[in-house]
Amino acid sequence: MSLFLVVALPFLGALLPGLMVNAGRQACAGVTFTVTLAAFIGLLTNLPSVLAGEVVTAGVNWLPVVGLNFNLMLDALGFFFALLILGIGLLIITYARFYLAREDNMGEFFTYLLLFQGAMVGIVLSDNILLLLIFWELTSLSSFLLIGYWKHLPEGRQGARMALTVTGMGGLALIGGMLILGNIAGSYDLSVILQNREIIQESPLYLPALILILLGCFTKSAQFPFHFWLPHAMAAPTPVSAYLHSATMVKAGIFLMARLWPVLSGTPEWFVIVTTAGLITMVLGAVIALFKHDLKALLAFSTVSHLGLITMLLGTGTAFGALAAVFHILNHATFKAALFMSAGIIDHETHTRDIRRLGGLRHLMPITFVIATLAALSMAGIPFLNGFLSKEMMLEEAYDTVLYGPTWLVPALAVIGSLFSAAYCFRLIGHTFLGPVRDDYPAKPHDPGAGLWLPPALLVTLVVVIGVAPFLVQNFVFLVTDAVLGDTAKLETKYIKIWHGLVPALYMSIAAVVGGLIALALFNPLLRLWDATPRPEAKPMFEAVIAGVVKLARGVIHPLHDGSFSRYAAIAGVAITAAGYHAWITGTVGPATRAAQPAGPVEIAGWLMLVAATAGLVFLHRNRLMSLILIGIVGLMVSVGFVFFSAPDLAMTQITVEVVTIILLLLALNFLPNRTPVESTVLRRMRDGAIAAAAGLATFAMAYHFLLRDAVTAPISEFHLANSYKGGGGTNVVNVILVDFRGFDTFGEIIVLGIAALLIFALTETLLNGPVRARLLNRKPDQPRAGDMHPMMMVVLTRVIMPVVLLIGFYIFLRGHNEPGGGFISGLVVSIAVVMQYMASGFSWTSARLRYPYHGIIGAGVLIAGLTGIGSWFVGKPFLTSDFTYVRIPPFQEFELATAALFDLGVFLAVVGAVMLSLESFSRLARRAHVKDSEHAMDIDPSRDPADPANPKLEGV
Amino acid sequence: MGLELLVASAIGILTAAGMYLVLRLRTFPVIMGISLLTYAVNVFLFASGRLSVSAPPILTDATVYADPLPQALVLTAIVISFGMTAVVVMIALGAYLGGDDDRVNDPIADNDASAEGRP
Repeated sequence: MSLFLVVALPFLGALLPGLMVNAGRQACAGVTFTVTLAAFIGLLTNLPSVLAGEVVTAGVNWLPVVGLNFNLMLDALGFFFALLILGIGLLIITYARFYLAREDNMGEFFTYLLLFQGAMVGIVLSDNILLLLIFWELTSLSSFLLIGYWKHLPEGRQGARMALTVTGMGGLALIGGMLILGNIAGSYDLSVILQNREIIQESPLYLPALILILLGCFTKSAQFPFHFWLPHAMAAPTPVSAYLHSATMVKAGIFLMARLWPVLSGTPEWFVIVTTAGLITMVLGAVIALFKHDLKALLAFSTVSHLGLITMLLGTGTAFGALAAVFHILNHATFKAALFMSAGIIDHETHTRDIRRLGGLRHLMPITFVIATLAALSMAGIPFLNGFLSKEMMLEEAYDTVLYGPTWLVPALAVIGSLFSAAYCFRLIGHTFLGPVRDDYPAKPHDPGAGLWLPPALLVTLVVVIGVAPFLVQNFVFLVTDAVLGDTAKLETKYIKIWHGLVPALYMSIAAVVGGLIALALFNPLLRLWDATPRPEAKPMFEAVIAGVVKLARGVIHPLHDGSFSRYAAIAGVAITAAGYHAWITGTVGPATRAAQPAGPVEIAGWLMLVAATAGLVFLHRNRLMSLILIGIVGLMVSVGFVFFSAPDLAMTQITVEVVTIILLLLALNFLPNRTPVESTVLRRMRDGAIAAAAGLATFAMAYHFLLRDAVTAPISEFHLANSYKGGGGTNVVNVILVDFRGFDTFGEIIVLGIAALLIFALTETLLNGPVRARLLNRKPDQPRAGDMHPMMMVVLTRVIMPVVLLIGFYIFLRGHNEPGGGFISGLVVSIAVVMQYMASGFSWTSARLRYPYHGIIGAGVLIAGLTGIGSWFVGKPFLTSDFTYVRIPPFQEFELATAALFDLGVFLAVVGAVMLSLESFSRLARRAHVKDSEHAMDIDPSRDPADPANPKLEGV
Repeated sequence: MGLELLVASAIGILTAAGMYLVLRLRTFPVIMGISLLTYAVNVFLFASGRLSVSAPPILTDATVYADPLPQALVLTAIVISFGMTAVVVMIALGAYLGGDDDRVNDPIADNDASAEGRP
């Protein structure tokens, strides 16, 4: 199966659980399982090539300009991790099906799980590091959703936030590191980067890149000092913990260190940083784990410890260390996932995870006992279980590692880590399952159904099989290790053996196990000592840091962002003007190349009207009705200007838009106060005036400057003029540009217009259903209202005129391709005709005669325009290619049929729908405000009748 | 006095008036200001095709035509600006009806209090 499909399947499948959730829990889990299984099988189909040592690749160029390509590659390392992710994923899905309670939303859970799974598979199969970063961030986000899945638990939310913060910050660092790495190597493709070990390690940017990348890896894989998020993430449902914290999420950092091992490892910096962090994490995690009473917290810190172990092994930079790391990743995934699932079973059946309240469970839960014990013993490093093998390798590697001088340091720390590791494993077995049966469990414990114990049992089978017969997996492990090493080192080991002879590692192992038993025997005094020791708590520290950062951010942002719109507008105005001024004084100003055209008295008169209206608007703006009239004059003069300057289409659009805008503002003004009070000081008004004058002067200067000069490069309009008739079949070039040359733009714009109208509708609905409704109902008009709401003259006139206007609209529409007109203008004209009906005959009367809802008209318009565009695909042309022909139907003259006209029809409908929906929404507000609305169009307003006892509200008007 | 000067000064005056009104403290004048700025921007864009008299871009036997591209762009801009004006007016209206206040600025005094209360 193509690698694309393997990565895409979980993402596509993530759509299904949400849909299937109503079909029952079985169906929901079943579809999730099936999707994962398909991806798993798809992965397995690539197994022969991987075993043959080939690298399977698949790629498409996505954004080659920035080096971001959708390139996937599958080698043994990627295969190994993908196998873990998908394989354990299958078990987790089965387990979760039975684990989740009836009130948990299973669809949501499995959606997040599949998203996470897809992101993880994406990380391990990415060949392009930018792509890898995208998947990396996706795992942070989806794990956030998973950890916080139980939204009602504050710990869950806090844990999720902490995990997101820590891994997200690490992700940012990683982005920086990866970009540096890609820059050094000259490519963002891993396959290229991995070939450039020398260039990368000799680069002066190697150290910053290394530190940034390691920050990303350490935060993700919970290495000291970033280990604290992982235990808090345990507030997640157990399937999530078992999945994220055994085999997947926390292994992502390890994976990346292994992936980049050939180019990053082997330097002193790598050795010191990675080994030290790993060692500290290993010992610290193991020690803390011993004293945790919550089963999951114990397992969480043990995970931290084991991740430290793997990190330490990778840090040594030797081939044997890499081998041990790979082998331990496999072993840890098997026993740790089984242990988490066992902990979940215990929690599920006894309703507690507190070890102090447990004990004696071996008689009550024998199956769980066997599973958990085998897994825990493997973790402790007992022979014939897989944990023993990799732990021996670790100890052997540690024995050969010298850090900071003394030869005993690393081996000693490794033994201490192993000792505590063995101790908490023994405590887990001893204090949970052994001992006498108690009678105070919160619930009556018993073994769960097979759905819960089968998945961990399968894993434990693997634990035993690998432990007894390591030769079964050794070739695969060697293959994966070779993939980690690349060409940089050669693996000497030929076999994974249980018995190595009497080597130091064996003594260290024995010391650790015996020491672990002693530590458990001395557990109570040790615990008292531990409780008495003061130690830093991560959570309060983390919260203090976050609070500090928030305070800092507030301190910076609040003074700038104080909620004063006027201030933002002033800053924006000044900044834009200053930027323009800067460009002006630093640029070169050429001589004027165009002669000024003389202006006659009529033009000057028009200009004077515009200026007078604008000035009047500024000085009289407090009278709002007056300002509406004045802005109408401005709009009219602009339209006249368009006519004069050879833009008939613009003039028609402007004047029709002007009409609907004024109606809209009048509707709004119906509710708003009629006057604007004087509030600002004279000083402030002078300041605003100065800003405004500067902005105006700057625009004037720029406009005047370029009006007297020709364009620097030839405008592309020549092409449009030349091809409008030949290619588009129309002589009105503006319309041809709209529906043909730049049809895609227009398509986008009618969608925007539709969205704006729907937004207005939605806002109106919200207002009408909220607390505002009561206010609207109780509102008294502040103006005396006309006696005849529907004047007879106007009603008759608008009804007579309606067909005429429709005819004109149709005419304007038809001639649009060749003469001024088109969909936009005719849409506006028709809208005005309909609005006039509303105004004259009333809302109810018009609505009752409305056959199609405006939403539908908008939708139909966008759909027709879109389908017209798609139609060109069927003749093998790109989207929105237009075609036209001339037909002659007697007795008419020959006329043109163009697909562009169909597109224009879509524009027309969308404009009509959007304009009408906006205006209708506004008038619906008004309608609620009035008490009575008559069905009859030419009534006398009943509320004016003082004799009507139902309407006393206008008494005295 | 040339046509260019008339148009350029009209753009400048519309911008200045619009800017001044945008800096007012109540929603209605701010909306008026935005409308004036819209006119200014549209005319400015239109003027980027330079000014031609009696040369509409309707193909005839003529040799000189006005630049059709800015016209097409401005045409959609005019329609879109109607949509945007309507949205802004709706928001202003909703705010006024909801809070009985048509100021554009947040009250400064309880700035911190409102920030704390935000989710």
